[in-house]
Amino acid sequence: MTDAAAREYTTDEMMTVAAARELEDGTVCFVGIGLPSEATNLARATHAPNCVLIYESGTIGAKPDVLPLSIGDGVLAENADSVVAVPEIFNYWLQAGRVDVGFLGAAQMDRYGNINTTVIGPYESPKVRLPGAGGAPEIAASAKKVATILRQKPRSFVEKLAFVTSVGHRYGGDSREELGYGGAGPTIVITDLGILRPDPETKELTMTALHPGATLEEAKEATGWDLKVAEELETTDPPTERELEILRDLKARTEASRKKT
Amino acid sequence: MAEVVELREAVAGLVKNGDSVALEGFTHLIPSAAAHEIIRQEKEDLTLIRMTPDLVYDQLIGMGCARKLIFSWGGNPGVGSLHRFRDAVENGWPGSLELDEHSHAGMANRYVAGASKLPFAVLRGYVGTDLPKVTSTIASIKCPFTGEELMAVPALNPDVAIIHAQQADRRGNVAIWGITGIQKEAVLSAERAIVTVEEVVDSFEPRQFQIVLPSVAVDAVAVVPHGAYPSYADGYYDRDNAFYEAWDPIGRDRERFTEWMEQHVLSVEDFAGHTRSIQGERAMR
Repeated sequence: MTDAAAREYTTDEMMTVAAARELEDGTVCFVGIGLPSEATNLARATHAPNCVLIYESGTIGAKPDVLPLSIGDGVLAENADSVVAVPEIFNYWLQAGRVDVGFLGAAQMDRYGNINTTVIGPYESPKVRLPGAGGAPEIAASAKKVATILRQKPRSFVEKLAFVTSVGHRYGGDSREELGYGGAGPTIVITDLGILRPDPETKELTMTALHPGATLEEAKEATGWDLKVAEELETTDPPTERELEILRDLKARTEASRKKT
Repeated sequence: MAEVVELREAVAGLVKNGDSVALEGFTHLIPSAAAHEIIRQEKEDLTLIRMTPDLVYDQLIGMGCARKLIFSWGGNPGVGSLHRFRDAVENGWPGSLELDEHSHAGMANRYVAGASKLPFAVLRGYVGTDLPKVTSTIASIKCPFTGEELMAVPALNPDVAIIHAQQADRRGNVAIWGITGIQKEAVLSAERAIVTVEEVVDSFEPRQFQIVLPSVAVDAVAVVPHGAYPSYADGYYDRDNAFYEAWDPIGRDRERFTEWMEQHVLSVEDFAGHTRSIQGERAMR
C-alpha cells in the first residue's frame, strides 16, 4: 500500500476510476456524454472489454479510440456493431428493456437520486436555463439500473430540486414503483469524494464509501441535506497504476486529437 | 420529385415567415449552410424544431428569427451553454422565446407519429417528472387493450424539414451514412423538405449504415460542399471541435455575437463565403 499512498492522482481521476469499476464486463450500457463516457471507456479499456456501449445518437457497441466531445462524434460510429436511427435506440432498445445500466451525469441531485438538468430557479423565469432533458428521463426510467457520476458540491447535492427532469427513487420508499417503470432506478452515485448507495428500505442515498483522503466532514459539508452515512463506512481502493496509466493515455490521446482538428 | 436548385432559391421558395422549421442533425450532418441562408434572408416568427438545438439554433435565436422552440436538449455539446438561447429564455433578448420542451424519446416519437401521419405517439416516460407540468403537449392515455397508463405526445408535422446529406444522385435520391439520427423521420413528417448535399453523383456506392431517401420525399436538393461545417460529414470532413469551443465566448456576449454574425454571415454571399471569412480570422482556429 505504500506504493499506492505515494502515487499521486486527482480527485477527478479517483471518481472516474471508481465509476469505471462499477461497469461489469458484458453489460449493455447506455452512456451519457462527459464523465460517464470517460468512465465507461476506461472500463472498456481495462476490465470490461466486452461491454456494449450505446450512445443516444444511435450507435450500438461503440468502440471509440478517443473520447467523444459530443454524443454523435464520428468516432462512435466508426467501429460500432451497428448504427440505428434515434427512435430505434429509444423505443426498441431502451424502452424495451435491452439496457442493463444507464450511466448518467447530472447538474443537480436530491437525496433520492432524482435529477435536475432543466432550470435553476422558476421554470417561467429561470435564474439559469440548463440544456434540458435529452435522453436522461427515459434512461432513468427504463435502464435496469442507473449509475450517476457527478462532483459532490452544495450546489449539486441539493435539499430540493428546482425541477425534476429525471426520476430516481422519487419520494423514497416504494414511491418509484407506483410509476410503473421497468428499471430499478439509481443503484449507485459516484462522486469525487466517495460512493453513495440507496438505503434498501427508505431509498435515501447513503454514503457507503469515502475515497482515500476524503473526510466525512468534507462530504457532509458538500451535501445540501443531512447526509446519511453507512454504519460500516468503507474506503475506496486507490487507482492502480494500470488504471491511471490507461486513463491518462486515453485523455492525452483525446486532447491530441482535438488539437489536430 | 426533388429539383436540384441553388440553396438561396430553395430557402426563398420553401421557407416562409411564420413557418415551423425543423433543421435536424444529431451532431453529424447539421444543416449549417441552410440555417445561415435563413438568417441572411431575415426569415422571422419561425417555430424552430430540433431534438438537439446547437450553434446554428443559437445563431437563429440570437438573430431574432425564432418565436418558439420545440426541443429536447439545447447546449453546446461537450462545451457548455448556448448563450443566445439562454439569453432569450432568461432575459427575453432579442425577443421572448416560447418553449415546448420534451425528452429525446418524446421528440423522436413525435417525429415518428408525424412521418406516419398519425395524430400522436405513445411511450413509457415522463411520469413522475416535472415536464408534464410545464409542457402542454404531454398527456396521459390509457391503453384500450390492457388498461396500462402511458404517455401520449402529439405528432410533429413541420412546414419545412431541412437536412444535410453526403450525396444526391441526378434524380434527387439522397444517400446518408454514418449517424443518421432523426433525419429520415424529420423529412417524412414535413410538408416540404430541403436537402443540402456535399455533392451530386451518378450512382451511390454501397456503404455500411447507409440509408437512401427516395427523391419523391424531397422537394429541393442544393449542392453545398462543407455545408455542415463546423459539424462533420462522414467520408468528407471531420467535426471542427475547436470551432465549438471558440463559439462559447462569441455567443456569450451580445455585442460580440452581433458583430460576428454581421461580419461572417450577413455580409457574405453564401456558405463558401462564410467559411472563407472565418478562416481569415485566426481566433476561430
